Amino acid sequence: MRITCPLCGTRDRREFTWQGDALAIHRPARDAGPEAWDNYIHLRENPAGKTRDLWYHDPCGTWAVAERDTVTHAVHSTTLVTEVPR
Amino acid sequence: MNYSGLKVIWEGLTGNKGWKPMWRDPVPKPEYDVIIIGGGGHGLSTAHYLAKNHGITNVAVLEKGYLGSGNIGRNTTIVRANYVLPGNSEFYSHSLKLWEGLEADLNYNVMHSQRGLINLFHSDGQRDAFVRRGNSMINQGDDAILLDREGVRRHLPYLDFDNTRFPIYGGLLHPRGGTARHDAVAWGYARAADQRGVDLIQNCEVTGIDITDGKVTGVQTSRGAIRAKKVAMIVAGRSSQVAAMAGMRLPIESHVLQAFVTEGLKPVIDHVVSFGMGHFYISQSDKGGLVFGGDLDFYSSYAARGNLPMVEHVMEAGMTLMPMIGKAKVLRSWGGIMDMSPDGSPIIDKAHIDGLYVNCGWNYGGFKAVPASGYATAHLLATGTPHETAASFRLDRFRTGRGIMDEEGTGSQHNLH
Repeated sequence: MRITCPLCGTRDRREFTWQGDALAIHRPARDAGPEAWDNYIHLRENPAGKTRDLWYHDPCGTWAVAERDTVTHAVHSTTLVTEVPR
Repeated sequence: MNYSGLKVIWEGLTGNKGWKPMWRDPVPKPEYDVIIIGGGGHGLSTAHYLAKNHGITNVAVLEKGYLGSGNIGRNTTIVRANYVLPGNSEFYSHSLKLWEGLEADLNYNVMHSQRGLINLFHSDGQRDAFVRRGNSMINQGDDAILLDREGVRRHLPYLDFDNTRFPIYGGLLHPRGGTARHDAVAWGYARAADQRGVDLIQNCEVTGIDITDGKVTGVQTSRGAIRAKKVAMIVAGRSSQVAAMAGMRLPIESHVLQAFVTEGLKPVIDHVVSFGMGHFYISQSDKGGLVFGGDLDFYSSYAARGNLPMVEHVMEAGMTLMPMIGKAKVLRSWGGIMDMSPDGSPIIDKAHIDGLYVNCGWNYGGFKAVPASGYATAHLLATGTPHETAASFRLDRFRTGRGIMDEEGTGSQHNLH
C-alpha cells in the first residue's frame, strides 16, 4: 500500500501511522453528553468499502485524511487535515 | 451415524461406500424459534449448545457462504487459558475445559492437542509480568509453570540462546495449552447440531433484519423471508454490516491479521511458542507445516490480505528467535478480518431491540473461545440472562465506562489492541 502525503508525495505505507477513523476530527463539545461521546470514541460505521481515515506521516509530521477502500486497499485521495471542512 | 474406530476399519475393508454426508441440506422453514446469523465456529457452537443444553432445536444457522468459510477456517489454531482479568479468566478457563471434553461431546476428532504453550520473556520486567500472569492462571484453577533459561532450553533447544539483543530469560509454560484442527471444530459442531435437528442453511445471505415495534420478527435473506422469535448476530468481522441492518452501530473496527504456513516438514516444533520481543508465535500443524503469525497491520480492512511491512516484521522476528526457520519455505499467507473491540475483550449480550442478540468483538482470539462462546450465547438466548462465565461481556460497558476489560493494559480505545 502506498499513500500520498499532501506535502511529500507518494510514499511507502511504512512511513505512516494509522490514527483511526476520520470521525476523530469532529470532536463533540465538552458538555455534549455521554451519548455523543460514546458515538465519538467507541461506535463506528466500520464500512466495508469506501472509508475516510486519518494517517500521520511520521517523517514530516503531516496529518492527512485519506479516502480509501477497505476492501481493495486502494487510496483514492488524501487531504491535509487543516483543509478538511469541519 | 456414529463414528468409531470399528466403523473406520469396516469402511476401509468394504471400499468406503458407507459414508454419508455429515449434515442435511435443508430448505429454510418459514419460521424458527431462533435464527443464528453466521455459520462459523461461534454460530455453530451456539446452535449445538442451544440444542444440547436447552433442548431448543427449532433453530436455523444462516451462512452466506459455506459453513466454516470465515475465520474458523483460517487461523493459527491456538487453544489456551492464560488470561488475567476477572471476567476473561473464568470464561477462557471454562472454554478450555469444554475443549478437553469436546471430542467425546461431538463424537468428532477435532485433533485437540495439548502440546503446551510457552510464552518467552526477555527481561526482568517481562518475567515479573509473566509471574503475575502465571499466578492468576493458577488462582483460576488452570496450570502455569515458570521456566528459567535452562528450563526453556530443555524444551526448545533450537532457539537462539546466544542472541545478545533479545536474550532469553525464561518462559511461562502452560501445559494444557495447545492447538486443534480448526476446520474439524466447525464440522464437528455442525454435525452435532444437525443431528439434533438444527437446520444449517448455506448460501443464504441475510439482507435485512425485520423489526416491528422494537421487537425482532425475522430476517430477509437471499432465499426469502424467514420469521423468528429471536435472532443472534454472530458474524465476527462482518458484525458492523449486519448490525447496521438493525440500525445499530457497534463499538467494533474490522482489522486485518496475517498468518503464514510453510511447506510440510518433519516434526521439529513440539509446542506453541511465542516470542516476547516482537510479534511472532508459531506451532507445527499435524501435516507438518509451520503455522505462524504476527500482529495486526493496524489499519481497518476487509481485504482478507495484508501488506508487506507486517510480513517483514514477522519473518524478522522468527529469524531472530529461531534462525533455523530460514530454511523453510513459506507456502501461503492470509489475512483474517478481526472484529476489534476498544478494550480487546468480547461482547455477548442482548441488543436494545427485543429478541436481538450480539456476539462479537473476539479480536484476534476467537478460536479458543469457540466452545465457551457458544455455550454462553446459547444460555443467554435460552434463559435471557448471561451465563456466569460471560457475565462481564456487556455491550454497554464502553458507554457507561463500567466493567471495561483491558487485558493488555493499553487503554480502552480503538487501535490500541
